[in-house]
Amino acid sequence: MLDYINIIFLETYKILFLLIPVLVAVAMIVWLDRRVWAFVQKRRGPNVVGPFGLLQSLADALKYLFKEIIIPSTSNKVIFILAPIITMTLALISWAVIPISDTYVLADINVGILYLFAVSSLGVYGIIMGGWASNSKYPFLGAIRSAAQMVSYEVSIGVIIINVLLCVGSLNLSDIVIAQKKIWFVIPLFPMFVIFFISALAETNRPPFDLPEAEAELVAGYQTEYSGMMYAMFWLGEYANILLMCAMGSILFLGGWLSPINIYPFTIIPGAIWLIFKILFLFILFALVKAIVPRYRYDQLMRLGWKIFLPLSLTWVVFTSSYLIYFDKLPNI
Amino acid sequence: MIAHSIFFYTFSLIAIISAIMVTVSKNTVHSVFFLILDFISISCLFIMIGAEFLGMIMLIVYVGAVAVLFLFVVMMLNVAQQKNQWFSSREISRHIPIGIIISMIIFFELIIVVGGWKYKPDLITAMSLTLNKDVSNTHSIGYVIYTDYIHIFQLSGMILLVAMIGAIVLTFIKNTEVKSQSYFNQISRERSDSVEMIEVEKNKGVKIDD
Repeated sequence: MLDYINIIFLETYKILFLLIPVLVAVAMIVWLDRRVWAFVQKRRGPNVVGPFGLLQSLADALKYLFKEIIIPSTSNKVIFILAPIITMTLALISWAVIPISDTYVLADINVGILYLFAVSSLGVYGIIMGGWASNSKYPFLGAIRSAAQMVSYEVSIGVIIINVLLCVGSLNLSDIVIAQKKIWFVIPLFPMFVIFFISALAETNRPPFDLPEAEAELVAGYQTEYSGMMYAMFWLGEYANILLMCAMGSILFLGGWLSPINIYPFTIIPGAIWLIFKILFLFILFALVKAIVPRYRYDQLMRLGWKIFLPLSLTWVVFTSSYLIYFDKLPNI
Repeated sequence: MIAHSIFFYTFSLIAIISAIMVTVSKNTVHSVFFLILDFISISCLFIMIGAEFLGMIMLIVYVGAVAVLFLFVVMMLNVAQQKNQWFSSREISRHIPIGIIISMIIFFELIIVVGGWKYKPDLITAMSLTLNKDVSNTHSIGYVIYTDYIHIFQLSGMILLVAMIGAIVLTFIKNTEVKSQSYFNQISRERSDSVEMIEVEKNKGVKIDD
């Protein structure tokens, strides 16, 4: 019995050790997003609270905490409250399988990449539930748009993952990183990296694909009826998802915790730092895209997903597998 | 072992209760949510017996895609209202005999499956496959599905493809009145075939005809 209690305490400690930095990083990244956005548009962005405005997110969080939570009287209350909780939980549980460095990973499971994919495909429920339970027109329209969008872009992400898995021969995330010791997959699979990046934008409802919350048409989409801490949870979950997509991109294509060149001055920097740099690099790209590209129309979005990305990535699967077989480079299992 | 059985009973309890709630709950959307909970707990059970690949695929396919479409249909068609009218109406429904027949068939199938459990030890020894404990189950599925069972696998793929094409053919209506954008025409437009200089005569104006 004492063993079990020990294990539970140890695991809780490990989980907190991972989750608290993730939550802090999410708060910081909201600030970074707004700063990058502002710099592209020649504004200053949030720069008042704390040094360089670093504490802006903290101030925002405090504001949300003290606001009143309003639950619409015609809403379906249980599901209405459940929706932001599900979004937040799903955004955080997927961090369990991300290998932070060569030794530190919370759960080194066999099917890590499938787990990530499954959790990110569950993310659509938070949005649908929020939109439906609000019992109002704008949230419902936003939720339906968002669900259709996420389901269609998931398909191309899945096919891209198959491309990487063909080169690795394992579903374990640490194995995927180790397989990139010779060359990062971003070089041989560059077109797939581009498609993955764009699909990740669509999957996380980021601009230019932020149709679910297009403010000119739908007020705020599925978040319209939410206020206070519940709104903040949606918002935090969204940014945690973005961070997760960046982590997934850096593990699949940019070599995770590997240093760019495997020689002396680079190798003394711990792997976790490299991973953080790669995630930040991808996130700054996300933020730049938000500032630069105008929003897509809905039919253009669907066309891009189904008629361009899906055939392209499927063709690339055929190409990759025939290359690997012809040159006899299939990974040994 | 204690922890294992605690988790097993928790998940199976959730699965059974949510399966009952799917049929009992009055709100149709709630039924779909309970169905999703059922899928999730069953995939947890899959993972617990060591079939993590099947569990994850179950999550991705059923929960991530199929149940979303279910939810769409239920939310859009307003099935909830229909169901409630159905329950409150006095006349006996014509659908009940069909429902009874289908549920009887499923019930007998279940009995056959559970009865087959008795012969499980014989089946394992008679199996042509050898289970290798060192290989993870993703690999063993991969070894089997593309070698021994390739024809069945391809056949099921073909059936799904035909079903998909059939569904599209049945529901597709070409609407000629809707304006749509031809991307090819739009991109291949040149200045020479879209802009034209016209000398306008005094007091005459311009007459545009296509």
